[in-house]
Amino acid sequence: MAQATRKKPVSKTADAATSARTAAQSHFRTLRLGTPFQPRIDALARTQDWYNWAGYHAPHSLWDEELEYFAIRSQAALFDISPMTKYRIEGPDAEAFLDRVTLRDVTKLKPGRVHYTAWCDDEGFVLDDGTLFRLSPTRFRLCSQERHLPWLLDSAIGFDVTVEEETEAVAGLALQGPTSFAVLRDAGFAGVETLKIFDLAEFPHDGGIVTISRTGFTGDLGCELFVPADKALSLWDRLMSAGELRGIRAIGYTALNRARLEAGLIVANADFTTAEHAIRADRLRMPDEIGLGFMIDLEKGHFNGRRAILEARAKRKLRHVLVGLEIEGNIPAEHAIVYHKKHQEVGLVSAAMWSPMAKRNIAIASLTRPYGDTMVEDLWVEIYAMRELQYQKLMKRAKVVARPFIKLDRRTANPPADF
Amino acid sequence: MTSFDAIVIGGGHNGLVAAATLAKAGRKVLVLEAAADVGGAARTEEFAPGFRVSSIAHVLNRLHPDVIKTLELEKHGLQVARTDFMPTVALSKDGPPLVLHGAYGEVLTGSTPSEQSAWKELRAQLLRYAGILKLFLSRRPPDLAGMSLKETAALGQIALALKKLGKEDMRDFLRVLLMNVADLLDEQLADIRLKGLLAFDATLGSHLGPRSPTSLLGLYYRLAGETGGAAGAQMLPKGGMGAVITAIRSAAEKAGVTIRTAAPVAKIIVEKGRAVGVALDSGEMLRARTIVSAINPATTMLDLVGPREIDTGFVRKVKNIRMKGDAAKLHLALDRPPQFSGVDAAGHKGRLVIAPSPDHVERAFNPSKYGEFSAEPVMEITLPSLSDPSLAPAGACVLSAVVQYAPYALKEGWDAGKPKFLKAIMTQLGTYAPGIGKSVLHTELLTPADIEARYRMPGGHWHHGELQADQMLMSRPVSGWSGYDTPVEGLFLAGAGSHPGGGVSGAPGLNAAKRIIAMKG
Amino acid sequence: MKAWDAIIIGGGHNGLVNACYLQRAGLDVLVVEKNDWVGGAATSRELTPGFLYSNCSYVCSLFRPEIMRDLELPRFGLQVISYEGGAVFTRDGDYLANYRDHDAHRREFARFSKRDAEAYDRYSRDVTRQCRFIQPLLMRTAPDPTSFRPRDIGELLYLGKKFAGLSSEEMALTLRFWTMSISEFLDEYFETDVIKANFALSGIIGTALGPMSPGTAYVLLHHYMGEVDGSVGAWGYARGGMGAVTKALAASFKASGGTIRTGAEVDHVLVGRGKAKGVVLAGGEEIYGKLVVSNADVKRTFLKLVEEKELPDIFLRRVKNFKIRGSSGKVNIALDSLPEFPALPKDSPVYRGDMHFTDSMERMERAYDDWKAGRWSADPFLDMVIPTTLDPTMAPPGKHFMSCFVQYAPPKVNGREWTDADRDGFAESVIAQISEYSPGFRDRIVHMEVRTPREIEAEVGLTEGNIFQGELAFDQLLFNRPVPGYAQYRSPVGGLYMCGSSTHPGGGVMGAPGRNAAAEILRDLAKSTSHMSPAHDVI
Repeated sequence: MAQATRKKPVSKTADAATSARTAAQSHFRTLRLGTPFQPRIDALARTQDWYNWAGYHAPHSLWDEELEYFAIRSQAALFDISPMTKYRIEGPDAEAFLDRVTLRDVTKLKPGRVHYTAWCDDEGFVLDDGTLFRLSPTRFRLCSQERHLPWLLDSAIGFDVTVEEETEAVAGLALQGPTSFAVLRDAGFAGVETLKIFDLAEFPHDGGIVTISRTGFTGDLGCELFVPADKALSLWDRLMSAGELRGIRAIGYTALNRARLEAGLIVANADFTTAEHAIRADRLRMPDEIGLGFMIDLEKGHFNGRRAILEARAKRKLRHVLVGLEIEGNIPAEHAIVYHKKHQEVGLVSAAMWSPMAKRNIAIASLTRPYGDTMVEDLWVEIYAMRELQYQKLMKRAKVVARPFIKLDRRTANPPADF
Repeated sequence: MTSFDAIVIGGGHNGLVAAATLAKAGRKVLVLEAAADVGGAARTEEFAPGFRVSSIAHVLNRLHPDVIKTLELEKHGLQVARTDFMPTVALSKDGPPLVLHGAYGEVLTGSTPSEQSAWKELRAQLLRYAGILKLFLSRRPPDLAGMSLKETAALGQIALALKKLGKEDMRDFLRVLLMNVADLLDEQLADIRLKGLLAFDATLGSHLGPRSPTSLLGLYYRLAGETGGAAGAQMLPKGGMGAVITAIRSAAEKAGVTIRTAAPVAKIIVEKGRAVGVALDSGEMLRARTIVSAINPATTMLDLVGPREIDTGFVRKVKNIRMKGDAAKLHLALDRPPQFSGVDAAGHKGRLVIAPSPDHVERAFNPSKYGEFSAEPVMEITLPSLSDPSLAPAGACVLSAVVQYAPYALKEGWDAGKPKFLKAIMTQLGTYAPGIGKSVLHTELLTPADIEARYRMPGGHWHHGELQADQMLMSRPVSGWSGYDTPVEGLFLAGAGSHPGGGVSGAPGLNAAKRIIAMKG
Repeated sequence: MKAWDAIIIGGGHNGLVNACYLQRAGLDVLVVEKNDWVGGAATSRELTPGFLYSNCSYVCSLFRPEIMRDLELPRFGLQVISYEGGAVFTRDGDYLANYRDHDAHRREFARFSKRDAEAYDRYSRDVTRQCRFIQPLLMRTAPDPTSFRPRDIGELLYLGKKFAGLSSEEMALTLRFWTMSISEFLDEYFETDVIKANFALSGIIGTALGPMSPGTAYVLLHHYMGEVDGSVGAWGYARGGMGAVTKALAASFKASGGTIRTGAEVDHVLVGRGKAKGVVLAGGEEIYGKLVVSNADVKRTFLKLVEEKELPDIFLRRVKNFKIRGSSGKVNIALDSLPEFPALPKDSPVYRGDMHFTDSMERMERAYDDWKAGRWSADPFLDMVIPTTLDPTMAPPGKHFMSCFVQYAPPKVNGREWTDADRDGFAESVIAQISEYSPGFRDRIVHMEVRTPREIEAEVGLTEGNIFQGELAFDQLLFNRPVPGYAQYRSPVGGLYMCGSSTHPGGGVMGAPGRNAAAEILRDLAKSTSHMSPAHDVI
């Protein structure tokens, strides 16, 4: 107090600025942030099994990673996607801007729709993949794994558009599983059953708005919900209480990761390295090399990487291919090396599991062309299975198969099933 | 309606050279010039009643011999004789000046015998090394990622020239290549006037001081130029720089080039990744198979093509081209010829340089880093009407000077700064030519901001991009696109922003035209 | 009379590294050191009771782990502790911190600019790519590009192949990187001045250049190429001060049978028939050796220790032209308590890192302008650390040792020698700057040592007080270091070698010059180098 009396009188605004600054500085004390749902997740976190997701502490599992997976496939699973990077893109040129940045034709994306897309640098190397939500004719939300603000801002030069990072401001939940739409209905989101796959709509919630889209990362029936951070907890409670009789469970990433693999979906910096993070030149990947070639729309106007992609296709410079594999047996082949004729190394498995839904041993692998492209016979994977401090080395036959590995009619059925 | 094979945007000297070269190869070419006259920054203009001056470039020292040959400029009135070579005078405040005679100091006077022999040795070395770099001027920069056999052979030729230097000379070459000019001068010379002059010449037109590493490259660039077959030689063309333009224009028209002035281009029309024509400010559309932009690369790509038709990384690179000029141009209409102390009549017809020492040049450079102009500016002065009386009324005189450092982005703004800077220049001039202030009838000072506005040179930078090591060769105008091509098919760059850079050389225009012909554009 | 197999002039870290490798190859090696202690510029000295001063070099990162392993330095007491952070204080009472944690680092940057916060990954990727290209060159002898010897051609091919392995974008960046200023390089990534200043400091430390000088981007790499136990680019403190490095080296040397004589200043190298035969000490004592290795800088070695007539003119000219202008000084301070920085939260890890007060590129560059004009900077750039926050062995409990590296300090003041009054003025500029951010700082000072280039030259023997034994400009790197034609540790005098930081790959407490020189010497002697680890893989 003695110190305070000695202090020169300062204006209130200066004081306010100083205390705001002090508050902002203190982030170094919390190296991992909690999401807006953290109090609820903490209360359910019986395994206390955390990992670092883009600076947030996120659960690997909450109570049992095996059973959490089955919650997705048989009931309704609630997964916190708040750490996903989100950008709000708005303005008269927003559509043209996104058309130039991303691979797919954004003019075909109607307001109230979502699509899965990707974007490339000048060399046609994939910077990231993500989902693009068209909230209105002039307003979009882009969700991605990595951060891209400088790229997006530099891409905005010459466009009448604003790009704002809103990761912390917007909380997100994925509600996935056969009973998910029943949960939504019971929670009072009237009309939600009219949403078709990749539709989105806004619903009132707690004096604010929640955006619900019929999207997800599981290959199952489900939706994703985005809400301002201050409405996060009430949304969670609303869903949990409505879902109680529908078997709703909160889950961690391990379960989700299994579901996404069955759905044949890829994860940036797990199944491919994003261009801004690739230190080694040979790790860069073009869309055609990671199974995203279908997004490329050469009929639309100019987009980033177009020239390089065209050239690579014309000059056959594509060196890799991402494939789904079915592997004999039931031992997961994670990070196994793929061989041709058991001896020539031709690629690597990036994700693998025994699929409970398909009852097959599945994997996603990146192969060097022509293997996996025109040469698909006589492929093998060498599995190093650690068992009681010994590698059991297995050479297993692998077959290139189509993705997704499972196809669930309920994902797209209209109206969504009401279990 | 006439249709053209190629449209050249910009009727500066590079645009005209490119157009003429293409026309000689059988293309139907149209040149579109925004101003009322062609010539860009190499025009001769009247700045006061009866007084005419070379607008920005005022000394001819690097018009490329291949340009003269290809365009047969001598047939079109360009005259270059050894007797036209002008001396360079390093002015001194408190003693006699030092003079470089002939082609960049074949003879040095005004200094000690030991300095003369030191200079002889250094000059020979500089010319030897510049001779190696000269081989790069008339070809595309090497493409490192995918070099063709022809390119490899060309590089081999350069390697051979290097090898020919001999072991020790080659070692010195590799050592000094990226050195700062001040250190090299300190190693070899003693006379502070000579060192000041060379430090000035090395940094003229760039945002570098003589102590900045790589500043020696500026001197090599100068000496890689030649006039009348003599490296480093310089002259004042009769009729001003505009006379050179007249010759190039005449060659172009003879070859069938159509020139339209007062026809500013608003847009380059791109369809499916290919440039197909241009739209003029007037709304008129013109189509052609090949579009050649001989104006600034950033203006071309960001304004005329626009970011929507090119990739973000390329936009980034173009935006990152550093092109903020530091050189101002001063034109004085004088009622009589000025008298620079200690300088004889022949000297007054030469290039008079105020750069008393490398340290002085460095001190002049310092403020430019912070957006301030030099309190004691350095400058290169010519009195063109002494050799060409047609430029001024009888008995009167034109003074033309390039003055450094005048940063484009002056912190206080050029409206406020210009009168102060002019005062600093006049004080400096008055020290070397006492009483000059009293004979001034009219003054025109063009700051980089004025140069930008008047000559459409962004940043007022006469090289259309800093000519520093990291913006040369494969990195000019931007890495990955240094060979006159652009990411937009059918669109080529041909201005000073491309390799090898600025100065009235015509080399970018010629090289670009050769590339277009090779690409069957 | 005894003839040693090798005599090493100077017991700095490179001299000792060289001596260790030669001794372990079976040679009988003597190190002669002019001071009464070894260490050169890597010493810990008790200048006031209870306080150990890292009075020249003060932090550790560049020292090659291969050397630590080969010479068993941990066994002889070497331990390196990583920093926890760092900060630039801003004039408005705030600071910009660097945290080890990636996300905390990003959030800290986001306080100043969200864009810059997200630009960091690309910046760090690009710098990492360049480091990976250059790092393997540290432990190799630079090829002579004018030579047709198979070995030189092989090395050039190695370089060419490495270069060809880059993507075209990387190639382009590599070419530009070597000639860019750090200021221009940073402009391509960041928009915030203080963030740029934060990174730019690595481009100027130890260098007689400002952040706007071309070539400083490379200097940044030079400071990024180190590591602390696999954590690439990290910096740390040697436990017990930087003297711990040379103490461990000396102990390792002695344990393998080597001999060190301190207080033995070499007056000149004995040369007969163009071959080095030994050294003559200042007192006149002659010591014979089959070969002589100089750890002193190239100017001191060939302009003071060897007679001119023994050297070819062209070599002599090039040595005279070698640029070795000092640019920095040190203020080392014993404190009776930890200073407080009101801007900084008390629990901030920044106290256990490096602190700076230059929050703009302009201030940094203006400090350099002072150096060019031959003055010390009125507003100097400081790299300030308090190693005792992590290393309790350097001061009594509760008390602290602070090291302030100061830039810029010219080798001469306005063209004349430094005076004691100059030195005091220089120190005052430092204390005044710290006091602005740390009220009451002066009152905590127990003892202070001020080292201008004059003191550094007099005590350590570094010509003009240049801490890198020669400027790190392109004309003095790789095959140009120290001079063209003699960039492979040999000299025109037979049996006389160089092993100091004047040679490739240059300065910093790295040990690579000492090691590479040993490899060349053993090659000349046709001895095995199997005790020398090859450079660690960069994969």
